[in-house]
Amino acid sequence: MKTRVAAMLERYGPPILGGIVMLLVWEFVPAIFNVSKLLLPPPSSIAQSLWLIYDRGLLVENFLVTLAEALLGFTIGSVTAIFFAFIVTRSLIIERTLMPYLVGLQALPKVALAPLIVVWVGIGIESKILIAAIISFFPVLINAIVGFSTVEAEKIDLMRSLVASRWQQFRIVIFPNSLPFIFAGLNVAIVLSITGALVGEFIGADRGLGNLLLQLNFNMDISGMFAVLTVLALLGIVLYALVRFLHVRFVFWAKPDNLRSGPN
Amino acid sequence: MTAVARPLIDIRDVRKQFRSRSGTFLEALSDTSLAVQAKQFLCIVGPSGCGKSTLLRMIAGLETVSGGTIEIDGVPILGPRRDIGLVFQSPVLLPWRTVLKNVLVPAEVLKLNSTSSQKRAHDLLKLVGLDGFADRYPDELSGGMKQRAAIARALMHDPDILLMDEPFGALDALTREAMNLELLRIWQASTKTVVLVTHSIEEALLLSDRVAVFAPRPGFVRELIDVPIARPRSAATRSDPVFIRLAEKLRSYFEADKDAGK
Repeated sequence: MKTRVAAMLERYGPPILGGIVMLLVWEFVPAIFNVSKLLLPPPSSIAQSLWLIYDRGLLVENFLVTLAEALLGFTIGSVTAIFFAFIVTRSLIIERTLMPYLVGLQALPKVALAPLIVVWVGIGIESKILIAAIISFFPVLINAIVGFSTVEAEKIDLMRSLVASRWQQFRIVIFPNSLPFIFAGLNVAIVLSITGALVGEFIGADRGLGNLLLQLNFNMDISGMFAVLTVLALLGIVLYALVRFLHVRFVFWAKPDNLRSGPN
Repeated sequence: MTAVARPLIDIRDVRKQFRSRSGTFLEALSDTSLAVQAKQFLCIVGPSGCGKSTLLRMIAGLETVSGGTIEIDGVPILGPRRDIGLVFQSPVLLPWRTVLKNVLVPAEVLKLNSTSSQKRAHDLLKLVGLDGFADRYPDELSGGMKQRAAIARALMHDPDILLMDEPFGALDALTREAMNLELLRIWQASTKTVVLVTHSIEEALLLSDRVAVFAPRPGFVRELIDVPIARPRSAATRSDPVFIRLAEKLRSYFEADKDAGK
């Protein structure tokens, strides 16, 4: 029992201690150099703002709105991307037709589409979901295409030798084999989906953390803005942890060293 | 029952050309004829580049012939057939599936009855000496155990023909010798027609009824040798005088090839 406590201390002690030191420095050092508390609020006042926002009932609802936008957008974007990757890698004609445009769109900064989408879809939650979906789409698409095309020839030979249908080949070998690649895309997409939802809220929304951030900015409530940033960081961690959980759950078999090469 | 039965696998004047990247044609196999009787264990021995793996892939229907015909049971091969089990040099197990689920892959593809497949898979795991490992994942197994699982998988859909492409080539010498004896035991229990490609003379003699010696560039059947050593065979077979004499004979072919130069 004692050794476990010691191990926990060894593992979690340094980061916790480091965090405390950082907060203390942030709390007391700026005051020494006469930095305005309005421009760089200390942690204590950020915590106060956080409580205030929560107390006014602004925190939980806006958190859930942005969470839902990001998560729905991420899910829709990823599923569509995997479907597109499936189509593109199935047929050479479709690949030749679509790929130049997909690569071209990939080069376009997707947030630039956000104003247009808000105009088209409106200031409701739907436009944010769509922006998050578009921004999540490309990293998953590119990784899924690579994943679906990177299969050991012998695994395909095995399936061919059993006269497996193309769907069976996909379901039994190609799709599971591509999961390490797809999750590499999902890890990027989940973080981008929050950016997408937030940008959408900046452009036009009546709810969400991005909207709250703009309102506080309008009131020059910098402490409140820091409080929202803290919540956004928490949102990012929650969503990333979710993808991480699924990653470990479904790609338990791929060690980092054999992600790219096959067995042996 | 006639005295001269039609061979199960009939390879006649088969050629194989590959187009190289520079556009020239490379002849991998030239005018190869070979007949394999039902329930026979045939080994193809030859140095690398003699087209022996290519021939096996053509029998499996994974590769087309450039000339000649291959017939199985009187039917020309046009593509893969489901009465063939394939064992590759590497085990080719799916790392996200347990050993049992890997063995069940053919049953899944062929949509066989699930309950009886489960039972058969367990029986096969027992046959290859992997009982107790059904729920393990491939990366928890040693190289020899992985190849045992691959053999069990090849037998899953009860094919008449087992094609093995240097199945023990990646194993260390000790494991390899043990696996040879295991394969003998498995073959005797299942009575399949086996074509096994190897570059080991000892392996070929220990296992087979007949050895086809291939010569390289382009490959062709240099010699066909019957192995009149009684079964069941064992580790002691290696010191049988007939075995030693045949091993020397086979070795002399390869040395003659080497002396002849390119």
